[in-house]
Amino acid sequence: MLKRLGLALITLFLVSVILFAIAQVMPGDVGRAILGPYASERQVEALDHNLGVDRPLLVRYWNWAGGFVSGRWGKSYLMDEPVLPLVTRRLLNSLILGGFALVLIAPFSIAIGVLAALKEGGWFDRSTAVVGLSLIALPEFASGIAVLVIFAVVLGWLPVSSHVPGADPIDWFRQLLLPSIPLMFVLFGYISRMARAGTVEALHANYTRTAILKGLPRRVVIWSHVLRNSLLPTITVIGVQTGYLVGGLVVTETIFSYPGIGKLVFDSAIGHDLPVLQSAVLLIAILYMLLMLISDIIYTLLNPRIRLSA
Amino acid sequence: MSRPAIARRAGPSARTLEIEELTVGYHRRRQWSVVISGLSLRLEQGEAYGLVGESGCGKSTVAMAVMRYLPPNAGITTGRILFQGQDLLRANAAHLEELRGNRMAMVYQDPGTALNPSLTVGRQVAEVYRRHRGMGRAEARDAAQAMLATVQIADPLRIMDRYPHELSGGQQQRIMFAMALATDPDLLVLDEPTTGLDATVEAEVLDLVERLRRKFGASILFISHNLGIVSRMCERVGVLYAGHLVEEGPAGELFRAPRHPYTFGLMRCVPRLDMHKRRHRLEPIPGTLPAAGETMAGCVFAPRCAIVRERCRVEAPTLLVAGRDRTSRCFYHEELARPAAPGAEGAAAAGTVSQAEVLSLQHLTKIYDARGVKVTAVKDASLAVRRGEVVGIVGESGSGKTTLAKCVVGLVGQWAGRIAFDGSELAGRAEQRDANLRQRLQMVFQNPDNALNPSHTVKGILSRSVRLLAGRKSAPEIEARVRELAAAVRLAPRHLELRPAALSGGLKQRVALARAFAGAPRLVVCDEPTSALDVSVQAAILNLLVELQETRQVAYVFISHDLGVVRYLADRIAVMYLGQIIEMGPADVTFRPPHHPYTEALLSAVPDFNRAEGRGRIRLQGDIPSPSNPPTGCRFHTRCPRMLGSLCRDEEPPWQQDGTSHLYRCHIQPAELREAQLAGPPRAGSS
Repeated sequence: MLKRLGLALITLFLVSVILFAIAQVMPGDVGRAILGPYASERQVEALDHNLGVDRPLLVRYWNWAGGFVSGRWGKSYLMDEPVLPLVTRRLLNSLILGGFALVLIAPFSIAIGVLAALKEGGWFDRSTAVVGLSLIALPEFASGIAVLVIFAVVLGWLPVSSHVPGADPIDWFRQLLLPSIPLMFVLFGYISRMARAGTVEALHANYTRTAILKGLPRRVVIWSHVLRNSLLPTITVIGVQTGYLVGGLVVTETIFSYPGIGKLVFDSAIGHDLPVLQSAVLLIAILYMLLMLISDIIYTLLNPRIRLSA
Repeated sequence: MSRPAIARRAGPSARTLEIEELTVGYHRRRQWSVVISGLSLRLEQGEAYGLVGESGCGKSTVAMAVMRYLPPNAGITTGRILFQGQDLLRANAAHLEELRGNRMAMVYQDPGTALNPSLTVGRQVAEVYRRHRGMGRAEARDAAQAMLATVQIADPLRIMDRYPHELSGGQQQRIMFAMALATDPDLLVLDEPTTGLDATVEAEVLDLVERLRRKFGASILFISHNLGIVSRMCERVGVLYAGHLVEEGPAGELFRAPRHPYTFGLMRCVPRLDMHKRRHRLEPIPGTLPAAGETMAGCVFAPRCAIVRERCRVEAPTLLVAGRDRTSRCFYHEELARPAAPGAEGAAAAGTVSQAEVLSLQHLTKIYDARGVKVTAVKDASLAVRRGEVVGIVGESGSGKTTLAKCVVGLVGQWAGRIAFDGSELAGRAEQRDANLRQRLQMVFQNPDNALNPSHTVKGILSRSVRLLAGRKSAPEIEARVRELAAAVRLAPRHLELRPAALSGGLKQRVALARAFAGAPRLVVCDEPTSALDVSVQAAILNLLVELQETRQVAYVFISHDLGVVRYLADRIAVMYLGQIIEMGPADVTFRPPHHPYTEALLSAVPDFNRAEGRGRIRLQGDIPSPSNPPTGCRFHTRCPRMLGSLCRDEEPPWQQDGTSHLYRCHIQPAELREAQLAGPPRAGSS
């Protein structure tokens, strides 16, 4: 486990370097981007100096990375606000949206996947395969715009732009349902395919034959022999996919103007808001690593073979 | 079992199992192919019936049909399967659930995958009691624990909470038996229950089956490819060939005097412990099993039969009476009853062995470092192979025989000691070695499926080796050499255009052999080259190995767990246990007393269909200790039936010399040991 943690840290370091490099070579001048095309050259230079973007790269990386670790994330160029509370607040909003999508779709996807496996090769299996794969292939911007047009614009059932929901559970659905649909589409595809594959494998395993030939009723065979083994890989996939969620939110949040971290990343990239962009992306990377680590730990806890050899 | 003898049997003479005219087929690639044709057999109450045959003949299909667990693409077209008078083919799902695991149970090959990896074994056994005896959690657990003791698992309480992967193969199979016998079933179907287990473990499991049979009295349908095991375990035997029962009869008589040419052929291609390549040539059954679904006008065995006549090709024989309680599906079975000439004796004269050494190992030690745990896989092994000589290495899994082979060919590096080949010292790994040396030192693996590139044709595979190993450059030269190699291993020219997937196991192993011989090697290391093959194919490969050795003056290091095969092929034999060579000597001497007590136990574990029974057997207790933590003193002392006492525990035994070139590592002197071993096993068998 320590080795895993070490690897995660190395990955994070590399991500931060790449991120920094990309941010620095991004086309456009920060001062110019903020001040607009009509500002004079001297004004732009003065702002660049104030922001510190004219100093050597290594120094700037060191300042930024060191600041990130110690919680000094700087100020947003665009919003004139400290980055740390801004990014964390937006991240929380995104987690609300992502968590909402996941909680709604994961049990459903697993159930569909398992049912498809139990009817392997039947019409149900085949149609869920087609639907699942199509939904994976459908990009979020397409599905997002489609549901936006249908349910918000034409039918007018749900708002065009979503806000962070209040305490009212109806408001949760009202605000979050539309933006989470594109996420759910993709998640459904992945999770149901994994659940199906794991279950099919377990159904064909010799231990399942043993359980059936012991005379156990089908219900017991499936619950205590098949699912116990088949859902392990699925859980890992859900972990990885939650990581994807955080990144994939960019599109759906932008479409629905939902104030999450995805929208923040998008806005700061457009507006060359480097402190926000770098911190937000790095935070997403950290979160991704954490989710992977957690799903590994869950997998280990559920799998006696790994648990005992570790 | 405390269960009262409820009316478990319909009547005193009711048959446990009766299969009548069973025909089973499979849908494969839109084709219906029949795999079992009109099979009839019966099992009396308490009887053990053995079903033998090679892979693909339909043995397991019969077992699965009896359990009503055929795959979805299989179908039973005709016949009945009566279990205590009730037709299983008409039983509904609920009825089957009631019977399975309760009145009829099954144990099969590969217990490692047959147990659920994420449930403790105790729970898996207890489940049977909960299901079929309606016991509560605690009661079922107690019953399971008692059952574990019945199948002779040491320390059942501790094992109960283990997961399957924490147990050895032998223990896992005992758990399977515990589960199968938990409810004292009337029928036990055993499908290759010991295949894949080590010889001494196999012997233990078979002993257990015999003991449990006496205790529980279930009828047993015993399915195996191993004639020796079936002849030992069963009262009656049926021989299956291409889905047809070709012969049936009492086990003793059937193996003493087979009445079907297939049975006859099967028995003749198994190398027995008294056979040697210099005196006997094996007689493989020519040809291959007919493809599933192939229909034949005459006898199914006719294309491969040694005594085939014109009539056999046009008319299919029915099961004919061939003596008391015996039947044979052969028109000419009486011809087989006459005493035949005992094999092609004296036919072979293997190549000469010169005194020059082609390979010499000195103090070879290989230590693996598995996550900080040091495992000594090979310890201080010294061995010499002379030119044109076959040195057999025997031992169970974990004995280090494969590691030794890998060190020799350079598949693992970082070993200590010296390996000299053809006069020059070898570097650690193959890639550090001279190309010229590599081409003269080749290896053949157990599983040709993994050893051949599936995306190349046979010709492509061989051409590549010829180019690399023999340094041939021009296309016609390579082509000629490939054809020559293919002819040497009896591959037909049409096989050259095929990919490995289209070849049978035997043909694939021929390709692997041809590849090894591409560079005119001086030494070929063969690691279990025939273990994955059927006996009739094995015989052909062994003959081929002998022939190549004769004509090309090549030496082999031949690794096998099959003592008969090693005894047949080897000029000298080394026995390994826990990484050490513990005995070494000429082939004919090593398997005769005095020899190491471990070798004695290995020999005793061989179920041989023509060995006189009556002599007690030696059974080793417990499993092979972990090589990461080997016992002190003599490594074998924890299992040795002839252990002397603290001497064996504390001091490493010296090499004892018996005769000129026979050595074994033991504290007991040769004269003393010979006397003791000729007198019989030390503790009158086990229990």
